Amino acid sequence: MTNLKHLFSYIVLIIASAISIFPFLWMVVSSTNKSVEVTKGTLLPGSSFMENLNKLIETTNLGTALINSAIISISTTILAILISSLAGYGFEIYKSKAKDTVFNILLLSMMIPFAALMVPLFQMFGTISQIFPAIGIDTPAAVILPTVTTAFLIFFFRQSTKMFPKDILEAGRIDGLTELGLFFRIYVPTMKTSYAAAAIITFMGSWNSYLWPLVILQSPENQTIPLLISNLGSSYSPDYGMIMTAIVIATLPSALIFFIMQKHFVAGMIGSVK
Amino acid sequence: MQFIKADPSIRLAKQKRNPRLKSALIGWAFITLATVMIGLFYFYPMVQALILSFKSGTGVRLQFVGFDNYIRLFKDPVFLTTVKNTVIYLIIQVPIMILLALFLSVLLNTKSLKLKGFFRTAIFLPSVTSLVAYSVIFKYLFSLDGFINNMLIKLAIISEPIQWLTDPFWAKIVIIIAITWRWTGYNMIFFLSGLQNIDESIYEAAKIDGASSFRQFCKITIPMMKPIILFTTITSTIGTLQLFDEVMNITAGGPANATMTISQYIYNLSFKYTPDFGYAATVSYAIVVLIIFFSIIQFKVAGDKND
Repeated sequence: MTNLKHLFSYIVLIIASAISIFPFLWMVVSSTNKSVEVTKGTLLPGSSFMENLNKLIETTNLGTALINSAIISISTTILAILISSLAGYGFEIYKSKAKDTVFNILLLSMMIPFAALMVPLFQMFGTISQIFPAIGIDTPAAVILPTVTTAFLIFFFRQSTKMFPKDILEAGRIDGLTELGLFFRIYVPTMKTSYAAAAIITFMGSWNSYLWPLVILQSPENQTIPLLISNLGSSYSPDYGMIMTAIVIATLPSALIFFIMQKHFVAGMIGSVK
Repeated sequence: MQFIKADPSIRLAKQKRNPRLKSALIGWAFITLATVMIGLFYFYPMVQALILSFKSGTGVRLQFVGFDNYIRLFKDPVFLTTVKNTVIYLIIQVPIMILLALFLSVLLNTKSLKLKGFFRTAIFLPSVTSLVAYSVIFKYLFSLDGFINNMLIKLAIISEPIQWLTDPFWAKIVIIIAITWRWTGYNMIFFLSGLQNIDESIYEAAKIDGASSFRQFCKITIPMMKPIILFTTITSTIGTLQLFDEVMNITAGGPANATMTISQYIYNLSFKYTPDFGYAATVSYAIVVLIIFFSIIQFKVAGDKND
């Protein structure tokens, strides 16, 4: 009976895994084939990867898009974990009724759909453009600023801070550390795992984000990787091999980070519901 | 505070009070930046959108038009189509995905099962991809001369290729398949963590009482997992109501708006057609209303007896 049940479980899980993995496999295989072969539906790896890559570099802004995406994602991640961890720590360590009210109001922002913010934000950056062009429309700063602070990440850090041993803070105070000193010298090093999880989640979100960059970035030299792929994907005579190569390159950073930090990533996601 | 009360020396207490007041202020300093940012980039635009929804015109030449935009909303066939499409995605895709994720997580939670790590990673893998990248992959997989049609013909399941992306019915199915592929593993991880928190002894006791696996699932697993089911259902609902990247990149909203979502319509109204920011803002409040509506329903359904 148990064996039969196990057999059933294995069959279902193997099918589910195969369906999950197949598009990746197809993408990687297609990136090594010529466009004609991809349409034929081959599942065997070819030898055209370098050819596809060269074509990609020659006909698109791949390098620039990668650099733009990297600048935006890395800045967003650093700013996001700094601002949110300060706030999460502040809400939990210096707890008060008034702060709890503020916290609950911040949480409401999670219910606001981005589509509702898109137009006013665009107008806002239009106004900023006239005063400070460096952070206005069509700049990396305009992509970064609205996405850097999320209630989710503040919530995440507040939840993590609940596990933080608060007695050490008192010891640090006696040793003469300032409040900010306590945060940077004691809290940050202790909470490495939470920071790692938050960094992965934020980086992936930023690296893959599409709608806001689509709205706010206009010139080709400011394009990010998802915008580049979207443009390639909507062309009338697609070069499948080349596009798949672009997708492989775009997926690589998030996939690599995921495999290296898998444990932190899953722990971080789970930590967010507890 | 206890330390101050316990301390007999008033002088010491006075010395202590000042740093404490200071530390309360420092507490506010820690949260100020985040609060200001969220106020500036979430709540302020929300208010702006509300004001905007009573205006009309292009660019800077906007004027108040009262409720005109809201009246237009209910007569706008494209808007009604996008609401219908979005709700179809929601009521078909979210339940299928949640049940599938729950089912897979229960299978993966079996103690004696081998290769658990591999299965978990494999099924979670789609959540790592960018929405745009996987959308383009799905677009090609389901194109007329694409892999899926080729395979179905080779296996003699169909004789003519299916018009996946150009038939209003099949195009919706492709979108639903795509979102399910992307998010099932993501939700499964939450369920797995929840299942691991259920005390094994409850199942042991049920087994001794002779309860079948199915009964155990309905009477123990589901009730114990209620908070997590609610959490995943609400986040999936909010996600689906905001659906944009997939539809934009798989079907571009076509054929004839058959797959267009509300978010995409807002995008089109603002940046693709002749820009009408006022009406776009009005449409965007439709999503806000829908999110509140579905969230309340889900809280009501989930929170009847226990909470």
